[in-house]
Amino acid sequence: MAISYDDVVAKYDPVLGLEVHVELNTESKMFCSCSTVFGGEPNTQTCPVCLALPGALPVVNARAIESTIKIGLALNCQIAPYSRFARKNYFYPDMPKNFQISQYDEPICFDGYVDVEIDTDEGLKEFRIEVERVHMEEDTGKSLHVGGATGRIHGADYSLLDYNRAGIPLVEIVTKIVPGTGKYAPEVARAYVAELRDILRGLGVSDVKMEQGSLRCDANVSLKPMGSDLLGTRSETKNVNSLRSVERAIRGEMIRHAELLDAGAKVKQETRHFQEDTGLTRSGRSKEQAEDYRYFPEPDLVPVAPDAAWIEELRKALPERPSLRRKRLKQEWNVPDKEMAAMVNADVLDIVEATVLLGADPTKARSWWLGEISRIANDKEVSVAELAITPADVAEIVALVNKGELTDKLARQVVEGVVAGEGTPAEIVAKRGIKVVNDDGALMAAIEKVCSEQPETAQKVRDGHIPAAGALIGAVMKETKGQADAARVRELLLGHLGQTN
Amino acid sequence: MSSLSRDDVAKLAALARIEMSEEELVSLSSQFGVILDAVARVQEVNLDGVIATSHPQPIQNVFREDQVRPSLTPEQALSGAPAQEEQRFRVPQILGEAE
Amino acid sequence: MINQTAAAMSEALVKGEVTSTQLTQAHLDRISDVDTSVKAFLHVDEEGALEQAARIDADRSSGKKLHPLAGIPLALKDVLTQDGIPTTAGSKILQGWKPQYDSTVVAKIKEAGVVILGKTNMDEFAMGSSTENSAYGPTFNPWDLSRTPGGSSGGSAAAVSSFEAPLAIGSDTGGSIRQPAALTGIVGVRPTYGAVSRYGLIAYSSSLDQAGPFGRTVLDTALLHDVIAGYDPKDATSINGTFPNVIAAAGKGDIKGIKIGVIKQLQGEGYQKGVQARFDESLEVLASLGAKIIEVDCPSFEYALAAYYLIAPSECSSNLARFDAMRYGLRVGDSDGASAESVMNATRNAGFGREVKRRIILGTYALSSGYYDAYYGSAQKIRTLIIQDYARAFTQADVLVSPTAPTTAFKIGEKSNDPIAMYLGDVATIPVNLAGICGMSLPAGLADEDGLPVGFQIMAPAMCDDRLYNVGGALEGALASKWGGHLISKAPALGGSK
Repeated sequence: MAISYDDVVAKYDPVLGLEVHVELNTESKMFCSCSTVFGGEPNTQTCPVCLALPGALPVVNARAIESTIKIGLALNCQIAPYSRFARKNYFYPDMPKNFQISQYDEPICFDGYVDVEIDTDEGLKEFRIEVERVHMEEDTGKSLHVGGATGRIHGADYSLLDYNRAGIPLVEIVTKIVPGTGKYAPEVARAYVAELRDILRGLGVSDVKMEQGSLRCDANVSLKPMGSDLLGTRSETKNVNSLRSVERAIRGEMIRHAELLDAGAKVKQETRHFQEDTGLTRSGRSKEQAEDYRYFPEPDLVPVAPDAAWIEELRKALPERPSLRRKRLKQEWNVPDKEMAAMVNADVLDIVEATVLLGADPTKARSWWLGEISRIANDKEVSVAELAITPADVAEIVALVNKGELTDKLARQVVEGVVAGEGTPAEIVAKRGIKVVNDDGALMAAIEKVCSEQPETAQKVRDGHIPAAGALIGAVMKETKGQADAARVRELLLGHLGQTN
Repeated sequence: MSSLSRDDVAKLAALARIEMSEEELVSLSSQFGVILDAVARVQEVNLDGVIATSHPQPIQNVFREDQVRPSLTPEQALSGAPAQEEQRFRVPQILGEAE
Repeated sequence: MINQTAAAMSEALVKGEVTSTQLTQAHLDRISDVDTSVKAFLHVDEEGALEQAARIDADRSSGKKLHPLAGIPLALKDVLTQDGIPTTAGSKILQGWKPQYDSTVVAKIKEAGVVILGKTNMDEFAMGSSTENSAYGPTFNPWDLSRTPGGSSGGSAAAVSSFEAPLAIGSDTGGSIRQPAALTGIVGVRPTYGAVSRYGLIAYSSSLDQAGPFGRTVLDTALLHDVIAGYDPKDATSINGTFPNVIAAAGKGDIKGIKIGVIKQLQGEGYQKGVQARFDESLEVLASLGAKIIEVDCPSFEYALAAYYLIAPSECSSNLARFDAMRYGLRVGDSDGASAESVMNATRNAGFGREVKRRIILGTYALSSGYYDAYYGSAQKIRTLIIQDYARAFTQADVLVSPTAPTTAFKIGEKSNDPIAMYLGDVATIPVNLAGICGMSLPAGLADEDGLPVGFQIMAPAMCDDRLYNVGGALEGALASKWGGHLISKAPALGGSK
């Protein structure tokens, strides 16, 4: 029954479709002037419009339109010269009007693409994800399910509704079907979402915090037998809220589909929910009977017809595309593919660039962030950005090492201190009394002491057995509490024992 | 003549979230034939090439500045709530899943 | 005092011959005298009205500059929100709801210092032409209490024609101001779509709805029109432009050389004899004033009713979805183990009346997948043809005219079991709504056969509302001199102290 991922991709060809919802970071909501700040007391950010009180009317937030057009441009989309909002009608208690203002057959942006690079068996390979549409809509309120065993919707006794989130502007980015990714489907999906996130962050239009739900991904997956042209039945996995989960959810769904197909069963067209703890999806609403949303043009809002000159202005002001930026940085920093991919994966590109801009050597900056600091972050189960250490701190540490005032080992102590909140590198160096012992006299005294304590080892070195020096150097370093420059110690020791390089 | 069966009306009523009595379903279904015949007259006209009008005035691009204005107080927001708890609207258990 | 026009009351207030408190109290007394038989009001805000009147009186005596309508009482259709005042839209589903905000119309009325007496009865959610669809019982026509005042703004029209208020606000989606104005012998205007903010107007059909004024004279109606019209940033469909001066137009009187187009499709067969006679007579009067009368052809109007009864129900099926027992209003069936879905279902069944349910179901059908193009889509195209018909007609004529309604006021219960017959009563008013233009109904006299008021409808292009008042004012003046006073003075006395 159990089938390995390798078997799945040997037998089946996955087809993806990704829908990403992005909460825009406007000050006010999509159709009213309530604040969009995250985490307010319940129902403190509501008004007649977002509570759908009788008689209230929506008015479109200008910045939401601008942000959406920017997103469309950044995703290489066409911008519709004329588009309308539409009502999507369905009843649900978290949606006060019982219709969502969205866009239907006239999205504001359409026909774009995003290129992502994946590290494949044959080296770096570029995949193009075609974007079908980018449209505007509004978020729903939040429900708290009370009673029952799990706090989940099922089995709850009743629910409590907070409409602070209702009406926050959402942009939905829908891909066309993505074929041809083969066994890299999970990684392509992840890279796409990561690329989107980077693009959106670069545009400054969203907080793109997957953990807070400001960027949410729905992943559609279907399998077709190798060589077949017929698309399989797809499942739509919701609730995927980290990059890692995107990858896991797709991999998991591919395996689940393959198991069903291998057993001669049918894949059900349904909504599934990703569960972080198990990495599996569970069945949600069946979509066999398509919901009839009775879309029609929103009569309370007038058409959006952006001026061509304005679109050009926005296009000119677009920031550098993340993929191009990566190519540029790779060249400027002279980084190998693997290392570049590692930086992107670890999400340290911005922070490394900031460190380099503060004067640090790219290789050093990269190795700090990707090495020691990433390790600390991993131990603490946080992201490097959440640590107390800044690019300025790292640049300062790199400079101290360059000047010979710190050894790599000492620098690690300084990093620990900064992370622990003890102050800036200079303050920590001063406070902890960390300094490189470069007083040859003090070093010689330590060398003599060690040699007299370990005469046999010292003799081996005198006899030309150089590797034996390691033990003596280690002892000298210990004697000087790690504050000595190991290279200088080696030089002096070998000289002392009559061995010169 | 157009018509809507009792079951058709029941389906529409379910979509519109109205639980109608049997009597009402039957009586509505019997009225719908005439009503649909009357409104179906829109199909008598040749509408090829005619653009649909969704908005009576040719207005476009009406936006508001992205500015926060005071919201209602939670007391005001909840003042009409049939039930409330912890400053939230209390509603009966929700059976279906969200979108 | 209450028999006067709002303009005359305004003058008396300015001269200090009467205070707003006295004027308001006189109307409150009139309401308590006659409203038990007219039933125009759903809620009378005696306290609030007298407070506002006292405030205006104080402001006036302190020498503050006031709006001409400051201190004049008004009746408000229960479809507009007023902060803290029960607002039901004639529906059980909103029983007990007190809005947390003022509609823009109410805000403007308050700002002008107009005194709101209370909320008037209406067909539930403005769906109807007789006010019989109110969940709170019908309103009766002051001219004949066995008849309806028309609808859906029947309460507002009846309040003005029974002298319970000199002015009122109604809303007009398919004729709901003009038809009751016609049936109660007063003046009612549906302004250009987008001229009066819909913010706080409980939506029936968003692309057709428009609030507007009622008065007993063209000038009074213009004074109120001027207060409520204007751009509102809270309504995205509101027109941001220069509004015509309707008050000046109402007083102009001169219509020499104005071209008046009689719409071929809106007269003759299907129109009551007395209605047609008064209409023809009014045309003669207009001609005698120097207007040029021509006939215009609007062939698509034949399909207006069908298009309306698809568009309005479709939009209403969506607009009324918010009444779901979750956040406000009625909640039914919330017993142990009930689900949100079952409570919504039960509440919407118990809270909506039959006509509302009928239109929601019809609209749900017209928008459903597979039927959209045939119904809603086609209706929106018919709408385009009607706009084109008007555009063509307005190149030939400055205003267009027709009888407002095919008949005079009908008996209560006469059409309530025949929706199609009821819908046919809107045939002459609906094209204005579909095209988003403006229209007025003003009294053309009494039908010979039943002695009931007949309405004369004037239509003008969008943002040319002043033309309605110009032609209406001229016609009103000529008819009044012919009759020896306004038609309303012939209305039967009701109750006791007048």
